[in-house]
Amino acid sequence: MTALLEVKNLRVAYGKIEAVKDISFSVEAGQIVTLIGTNGAGKTTTLRTLSGLLKPLAGTIRFDGRPLIGVPAHRIVALGLAHSPEGRHIFPRLTIAENLQLGAFLRKDGEGITKDIQRVYDLFPILGERARQAAGTLSGGEQQMLAMGRALMSRPKLLMLDEPSMGLSPIMMQRIMATITELKTSGTTILLVEQNAQAALSLADRGHVMEIGKIVLSGTGADLLHDESVRKAYLGED
Amino acid sequence: MHQLPQTLVNGLALGALYGLIAIGYTMVYGIVQLINFAHGEIVMIGAFGALTIHLWLPGDTPLPAALPLMLIGGAVASVAVATAAERFAYRPLRNAPRLAPLITAIGLSIALQQIVWAFYPDAKKSRGFPQFQGDAFELAGNLHIQRDDLFVLVAAPLCMLALGLFVARSRTGRAMQATAQDPDTAKLMGINTDRIIVLAFAIGGAFAAVAAVAQGLRAGQINFEMGFILGLKAFTAAVLGGIGNIYGAMLGGVVLGIAEAAASTYIQHIPGMQQLGGGGWKDVWAFALLILVLLIRPQGLLGERVADRA
Repeated sequence: MTALLEVKNLRVAYGKIEAVKDISFSVEAGQIVTLIGTNGAGKTTTLRTLSGLLKPLAGTIRFDGRPLIGVPAHRIVALGLAHSPEGRHIFPRLTIAENLQLGAFLRKDGEGITKDIQRVYDLFPILGERARQAAGTLSGGEQQMLAMGRALMSRPKLLMLDEPSMGLSPIMMQRIMATITELKTSGTTILLVEQNAQAALSLADRGHVMEIGKIVLSGTGADLLHDESVRKAYLGED
Repeated sequence: MHQLPQTLVNGLALGALYGLIAIGYTMVYGIVQLINFAHGEIVMIGAFGALTIHLWLPGDTPLPAALPLMLIGGAVASVAVATAAERFAYRPLRNAPRLAPLITAIGLSIALQQIVWAFYPDAKKSRGFPQFQGDAFELAGNLHIQRDDLFVLVAAPLCMLALGLFVARSRTGRAMQATAQDPDTAKLMGINTDRIIVLAFAIGGAFAAVAAVAQGLRAGQINFEMGFILGLKAFTAAVLGGIGNIYGAMLGGVVLGIAEAAASTYIQHIPGMQQLGGGGWKDVWAFALLILVLLIRPQGLLGERVADRA
């Protein structure tokens, strides 16, 4: 079986500074794969390249059997790749309902969209209660729920989540992590970027540790969680 | 004081005209943070487009029948030039330093003026523009609306209403708001932001053409330089109202128009300021108002402080 997403020898630079230096990894359908690592490791750059916001220097990306490089960002979501960006980036002056509708921008099935909006409200009831409120008035955790819900609205084959736990209270973080598990159970494939290595690795089928633009270690979530060097570097143990 | 209602009506007509042009500045700024200083020339091009249609039509075509065709002609010219400017002048500079597109805009503005001056027949001097025949409508004892002002007083609210509904209710309008608020994330939703940007220029161009026809009717003549002061005033209106906000642009236009009309009417009656009143000083007062508003409320009347981006 071929992987849903296959990244080979990807290199990405900002000007002369190479942020991603020749990485390769793949994501099988139905899996949660996580990229962990510190700030500046190149995780966000990798996701932004996958969704077409950045152009790579070299390498290949195959998604669902098609090459992605050169496809403009607004076409990539149509292929089934959704991206919930770092820092949430909800549309602050649009309502919650409008944000969710924008997540389904390319879909034409009005009824299906209404149903899926309801599904997001079931997943995150607070969003339903505030549907007509400007999204900028939501708390950080609620905005994160909205960003995830919005990404789900395109019915993606692969959902990319960038730092969903960033800036959240521990309770809120647990909610988000539980939701990610639920999404996996319902069959969504997820590529998760996290600084919270503990949380990410306990959910993930596979993990890759990134350091200054390279993948330095790969394994199953459980393996990495018990790996000594990972524990030292990312789980705050000495 | 008995002149007040008439001053308001005159100011409203002038302000509605400014507001229509200001929409073009504010829409483009809202989406690409670019001040299109060539927008005044887009108005001028629209006026010549409308005049061209007028000259093509049989000489005895009544103006009410010619007007819709002139509007279409003006809009085609304005929209074509505005979108071509976006595609060939501004888009290649989208990631360049801010100063580059600004200088391009000024260059484009001069180029468009000179092209019309050089190639439009008899455009080296002013060209006559058709006007409605007949007396002004009398609303009340001393209150009149010029026939030529009526056009803009009807057209501007209709245009605003249509634009407001389009932006708030349509799928494309929502995509436009999303692009203005966060262009990269808009792309992630599947929005072709390049097309949204072209659309912003096109809407600005269409509104400019309506304003151009209104200006032609009011003045009875047009010329290749007309875009300069109109553009500057409309830019003032856009800033006054809060740049990026379409209702702010119209409000800024109306406030500016009324202030100008009031300054021309009243300032000469203030003891000691006789020589500062009258029509010749109206531009001074318009820009003085801009300075005042910027001192007190730098974000403009309806502008928001840019702090709500998480």
